[in-house]
Amino acid sequence: MTIAKKAVVWILFAAGGTLTAFVYPALIVLFLLVASGNVPEGLRYEQIHTFAASWPGKATLFVVVFLSLWHAAHRLRVVAHDFGIRKDKLVANAVYLVAATGTVLTAIYLLLIS
Amino acid sequence: MSRRPFVRTMSKTTWYMRNGRYKVYMLREVTSLLVGYYTFLVIFALAALSADSPDLWNGFLAAQQSPVMTALHGFALLYFLFFQTFPWFKLAPKAMPVQIGEKKLPGGYIVIGHYVAWAVVSAFIFWLAGVV
Repeated sequence: MTIAKKAVVWILFAAGGTLTAFVYPALIVLFLLVASGNVPEGLRYEQIHTFAASWPGKATLFVVVFLSLWHAAHRLRVVAHDFGIRKDKLVANAVYLVAATGTVLTAIYLLLIS
Repeated sequence: MSRRPFVRTMSKTTWYMRNGRYKVYMLREVTSLLVGYYTFLVIFALAALSADSPDLWNGFLAAQQSPVMTALHGFALLYFLFFQTFPWFKLAPKAMPVQIGEKKLPGGYIVIGHYVAWAVVSAFIFWLAGVV
């Protein structure tokens, strides 16, 4: 891989790591609240739909999903190697394909919310 | 070079078990599974939301409710904090050193800055979600 390409891959990976470190604890708390039956006001249909229908909301959700998926895929590739799976090409194709599929689905879902 | 170089045998699957630092490294690395899991949970939520049906959204919320999942989310939260968020903040001064003129900003300030920013970001998310 050329150095220029490596820089892009590295920046996206680092951005995803920083973003998940900052955002995911709060996100997990929200899922915890929902699981325990205390659905926060902002997650009721009207409010969350309004948020996801707005362009700032869409942009935020898309960036969070895209960077997180890329970050997770990149690291899962390394984790697979660390656990003794030595078929890097296959693993890389699989994890990046899942990440790309998730990203495209997110774009479609977000465009459908209006 | 000797004709029969000594190659230390090492397990491909359990190599990290012989050293505490390697074990912590592996514990950190598997947080990527949590990132993947919660991101797809968000994608499922968006799928439910995109159908333009309040019933489907309420169904999604109802399907998330269970004492087991509450406990698992609690465990995931603690695991994520101690093996992703806090280590990430700790390495920030090494990954992004800040230089002002000739001097380097002490790492402690960068770490504290991360914790403050994290508090602000979390508070904003909770405000947005109507938790507080």
